[in-house]
Amino acid sequence: MSETTISDAARTGAFPQIAPVGLGGLLVRFSDQLSEAANRAALAFRAEVALQGFAGVEELSTSLTGTFLRIDPLYPDVAGLCAQLQRLLDSRDWYAAPLPQGRRHLRIPCVIGGSHGPQWGDAVAASGLAADQALASLTRSTVRVLTIGFAPGQPYMGQLPPEWNIPRLSQLTPQVPEGALVIAIRQLIIFSAATPTGWRHIGQSAFRLFRPDADRPFALNPGDEVSIRAISAEEYENILAQDRTGDGGAQIEVLA
Amino acid sequence: MSPPCPKLQVLAAGPGISVQDLGRFGYLGQGVSASGAADLIAMHEGAALLGQSPALAAIEMAGAGGSFSATQDIRISLTGAPMAARIGDMPVAWNASHLLPANVSLVLGGARGGVYSYLHIGGGVATPPLLGARATNAAAGLGRALAAGDVLALGRDAKAGMVNQRLDPLPRFGGGLLRIVPSLQTGLFSQADLERFCAIPFARDPRGNRMGVKVLPDGAPFRSEGQLTILSEIIVPGDIQMTGDGVPYVLLNDCQTTGGYPRIGTVLPCDLPRVAQALPGAVLRFAFVSADEGRAALRQTQTALAALPRAVVPLVRDPHQMQDLLSYNLVGGVISALAPDGLDHGPTDANTDANTDAQPIAEREAR
Repeated sequence: MSETTISDAARTGAFPQIAPVGLGGLLVRFSDQLSEAANRAALAFRAEVALQGFAGVEELSTSLTGTFLRIDPLYPDVAGLCAQLQRLLDSRDWYAAPLPQGRRHLRIPCVIGGSHGPQWGDAVAASGLAADQALASLTRSTVRVLTIGFAPGQPYMGQLPPEWNIPRLSQLTPQVPEGALVIAIRQLIIFSAATPTGWRHIGQSAFRLFRPDADRPFALNPGDEVSIRAISAEEYENILAQDRTGDGGAQIEVLA
Repeated sequence: MSPPCPKLQVLAAGPGISVQDLGRFGYLGQGVSASGAADLIAMHEGAALLGQSPALAAIEMAGAGGSFSATQDIRISLTGAPMAARIGDMPVAWNASHLLPANVSLVLGGARGGVYSYLHIGGGVATPPLLGARATNAAAGLGRALAAGDVLALGRDAKAGMVNQRLDPLPRFGGGLLRIVPSLQTGLFSQADLERFCAIPFARDPRGNRMGVKVLPDGAPFRSEGQLTILSEIIVPGDIQMTGDGVPYVLLNDCQTTGGYPRIGTVLPCDLPRVAQALPGAVLRFAFVSADEGRAALRQTQTALAALPRAVVPLVRDPHQMQDLLSYNLVGGVISALAPDGLDHGPTDANTDANTDAQPIAEREAR
């Protein structure tokens, strides 16, 4: 999508933009529409801000298309910090930045539909695809971890083909389990903990995103690639019974 | 060899009792929210009463209390929403520090006038840190609620002996005015709705927890443009999130790190204890302030917190005063009437009596 969006935004000068987040944060937004280029820009800009070590900055993270700086709300020169960020923004074409190093591809088994994915039928209907086409579209897509957020280790993954540009629900589903696969607005999430959600619950994996006692507590990083392998409910139960690693039967390959 | 550190035994625990500190920082990029005490003012008050750092971990109780005992004599202080408190058979004052002798039970119960109550211990709770902090965020898989039978390690108390102190708590109970600054999506709301948002009263709904509390508008719900399709974006505590039904949630320290519902504004961090302590039914109002006014408010609160150690006075065993101190259901009203430091921004006392028999916070619906 979104080469058009980016060039439009660049032409109007709307992006990148620096916006305050309450008194304790600044968000450098590279787009208000999800695009692969804006996501790469956000990741690369975060890495560069970390290297610069600006005064007043307490912590960094990225969202889908933005770099977030948690700042000291009483830092006396927020305007000066914004000027430093602006100079850094102007110093290069962030939309052309490369992806992070050390990325992996994970093929994650999921039960799709049935009692493990009660809103799969709804999601298919919203996509306008036939049921078999929808499953093929889901399982043949490779999505990228665009950001980690919401809950510990939880990935927002995209983008799916345009048919999956389906809105969130206006009513929250009170609870979906850990490992639930949900879909909305061309993105997938696997939940790292049981939670209420406004996204459609379409499947279930045994992949654990957050492993508090492991050496590597967070299983995915922004930039990692993920594809979904459809499995039966029986296979899911077998994986659950046997998996001791938290990988939930995922095949993991390091990308060059 | 130094003697072993004391331990705290949990003899009984209601729901929603957890170890908290000032929060877990540095993991936003991995989706880990700050957590920490819902009422950070209480953490500072408890620390001032014990003459120690507010960064030491304490025990937070959400409405229901518990009973505790220690393996050695320890010092404790009690802050936040007042509870009935006994050491052995002796009722003891809230907003005060006490000696808890070894193997004598401390029984706390029935918060009144607020939601979150705190038990602080000399030397702090010294459970093993998780990702660099002791704050519990059970919903996110970081620690769990305390239960009967738990035994908690305690830190070494540098100031053993200093007890029987009290202080007047800073005003924050019973609802009132919340100062807000614009958020990332404020511009998606109409000017008319923004004006209405600041004109009408909101009632704190029973639905709420450490992630956030729902506040019911006196009037129509609030709609924004593109409500169900906006890009998920960074969330910070204090954000006022408009869910699909147009009723706002004010997010607290356990809130998720990102979300896709539009936010109409962000409550100043210094006013979040007022949100957390508002009982169901309490009246809350919102007012936009400029960034400069917001920073001035933060500085004022910081100054008030820094002054707390000097506000600690001996707990005089005057029968009249004791009567007052034990009348914990009056505390909210007494405090807001005093408003000693100019931090009180609203009619905090009017709701207190009505709130004391409001329904318990056990009904917790997350968003």
